[in-house]
Amino acid sequence: MRVALFVTCLADHYFAEAAADTVRLLRHLGCDVAFPADQTCCGQPAYNAGRHQEARRMARHALDVFGGAPADPTAADAVVVPSGSCATMVKKFYPRLLAGGADTSAPAALADRTFDLAEFIVHRLGVTKLGDGLAGRRVAVHQGCHALRELRLETEPAVLLEGAGAEVVPWEAEEECCGFGGLFSVKMTAVSAAMADRKLDTLPEVDWVVSGDGGCVLHLDGRNRARGTGVEFVHLATALWRGVAGDARVPADVARPAGVR
Amino acid sequence: MHTGMKDYPSRSREIIRGDPGVREAVTGATIAFDRKRLQGYAEVDAEAWRRWAEGVKSHTLTHLDDYLAEAEARLEANGAEVHWAADAAEARRIVTGLADRYSVTSVVKGKSMVTEEIDLNPALEAEGIEVYETDLGEYILQLLEEPPSHILGPAIHKSLQQVQELFADRLGLEPDGDPDTLASAARQVLRDAFIRADMGITGGNFLVAETGTVALIENEGNIRLTTSLPRVHVAVVGIEKLIPRMTDLAGFLQLTARAATGQPIGCFVSLVQGPATHPDDDGPEAVHVVLVDNGRTDVLAHEHAWEALRCLRCGACLNACPVYRQTGGHAYGHVYSGPIGSVLDPGLVGLHEAMPLPFASSLCGACEDACPVRIPIPELLLEWRREAQEEGLTPWRERAALKGLAGVATRPGLYRVVGKIGSRLGGTGMARALPMLGEWAADRALPKPSRRTFRELWREGIE
Repeated sequence: MRVALFVTCLADHYFAEAAADTVRLLRHLGCDVAFPADQTCCGQPAYNAGRHQEARRMARHALDVFGGAPADPTAADAVVVPSGSCATMVKKFYPRLLAGGADTSAPAALADRTFDLAEFIVHRLGVTKLGDGLAGRRVAVHQGCHALRELRLETEPAVLLEGAGAEVVPWEAEEECCGFGGLFSVKMTAVSAAMADRKLDTLPEVDWVVSGDGGCVLHLDGRNRARGTGVEFVHLATALWRGVAGDARVPADVARPAGVR
Repeated sequence: MHTGMKDYPSRSREIIRGDPGVREAVTGATIAFDRKRLQGYAEVDAEAWRRWAEGVKSHTLTHLDDYLAEAEARLEANGAEVHWAADAAEARRIVTGLADRYSVTSVVKGKSMVTEEIDLNPALEAEGIEVYETDLGEYILQLLEEPPSHILGPAIHKSLQQVQELFADRLGLEPDGDPDTLASAARQVLRDAFIRADMGITGGNFLVAETGTVALIENEGNIRLTTSLPRVHVAVVGIEKLIPRMTDLAGFLQLTARAATGQPIGCFVSLVQGPATHPDDDGPEAVHVVLVDNGRTDVLAHEHAWEALRCLRCGACLNACPVYRQTGGHAYGHVYSGPIGSVLDPGLVGLHEAMPLPFASSLCGACEDACPVRIPIPELLLEWRREAQEEGLTPWRERAALKGLAGVATRPGLYRVVGKIGSRLGGTGMARALPMLGEWAADRALPKPSRRTFRELWREGIE
């Protein structure tokens, strides 16, 4: 299967190794991965702020980059996004944003072909067993709200982590928002930090907190390091690749996303 | 009514930093409420119930003129008097006028958000009338002179200890009374008030058009007394509370209770449709229903926000909201707080006045999942944000930054350069000097950018 990677701005700059692990994982699962070089930001910061005109411009750019017609022999079969939130932007918000525009079939077609990483592996590839590289590792899962409530990916990350050998430990605040919310964390800093505290205060004893959303990880880990809570955050792609490859095949300096300690 | 002063970001900061007990009390209580709701939903086909309720409310709202006329005709046929209040001032005038007409000196009230909205109590007190809030939570807040912090649990932000201290101070109780003792003490005071009162004032959860019935849900029994003991009952009801038929009410009573507290139905349901008509009948000699607009027709005319008028005031969205849980309702500065407040207030009081409430959400969507009438709260918040941007109500630096982002993100070459420089600078502590990010960085360790961008890794080849 031909897959185009929509890496997202955060992963490009803060989770480069997790993005590389996404590529490794997809290749391991038999995908032919392309990286369209002209891709930029999905536009969600503008959309969430209410600046729809700017968001629309960015959405159209993404459509130009990823939206090749299905008949186009060079077009990818699927666009995979290692972020539930940015995947939601393409899948749910592009069609809404571009409704009433000249061409509504292109956003709908791109929405259909775009997947969050965990969604792609479980539902498009039909894979849930990845290996046993995470055997003996206790992990808690933080689901980004968009993946959870817009894409309804309620169990997929946990299923994959277990399928990679990890023990997924229940977390009281598992489904609660971490307080990132993009612009929200900048505009409403005190509330946003208090929300992260609630997540950190209820965290069970685990080796890693795993999340498929880089934004949540940067926010939670920023608060984690400021408070000295001392938990290790790992991007889902990195965790899953370790499940496949084990620790040995992953050089020590790339074993965790570089944004995290 | 405005609870006053300053804006949401600084008010929320003050509550979180200055009064940590609020966060503790609100988080604990809302999580407990939310779990009960989930249990209450799980016992029935909640998805089907919510779709049904959404449909009935939307139908009613899109035929509101017909149903209002029907309700008025039925209420009058039942012997109740109907009054129309275009705004809060008119609603206050109507109620104080009625108090004057019946020579009222003492009023008991059932818990009602709309009477908070129209700021009724001060207007009555200005006429020399004594007013008792008879819901326990509302009574506590009346003693403290605070507005409610939650639609359903108005004193949700108070700890047991705070109530013990209050009752010791004001009612002369021992300062270590358990909740039952405290409730009994309040009951003593309120029993006297009920017996003395000439007028009972309530809101209304529903107004059934077909029969002219005001339906009230409660757990304490104080609303039952408020509607039946004094010689005059005034129900102040928002015009969006209409439902068409009595059979609809059966569903809504159950759904509201499940959404609010997980109960199959409230402990007391009072159905009021007119005064006592026979000497042997219980109930007041006169019943008045004040139908309040106060911005609702503006909301109804709004392309998107009208959906918020389906709201049943159950509080489920507040209980589910991780933002609300950090501060309680006072941070929002308006009578309706939490997710529903942030979509309703801009419609009721104007977007300019309600800013920045549409931004006081991380858009996590928990509210929409909880809502018994499926109000698409995150979508409505986004619509208000869009209007705020169009009307220039957001900080210019934010607008400039997002315009800049779009400019960069539609030029891939520029994006590559700016992205790399930006993330590198952010990691050096430069972020602390930036106007918007300085405050953000004060609470958080700065993110460290990857040593090489993914683009660079890709170019070199990923093994």
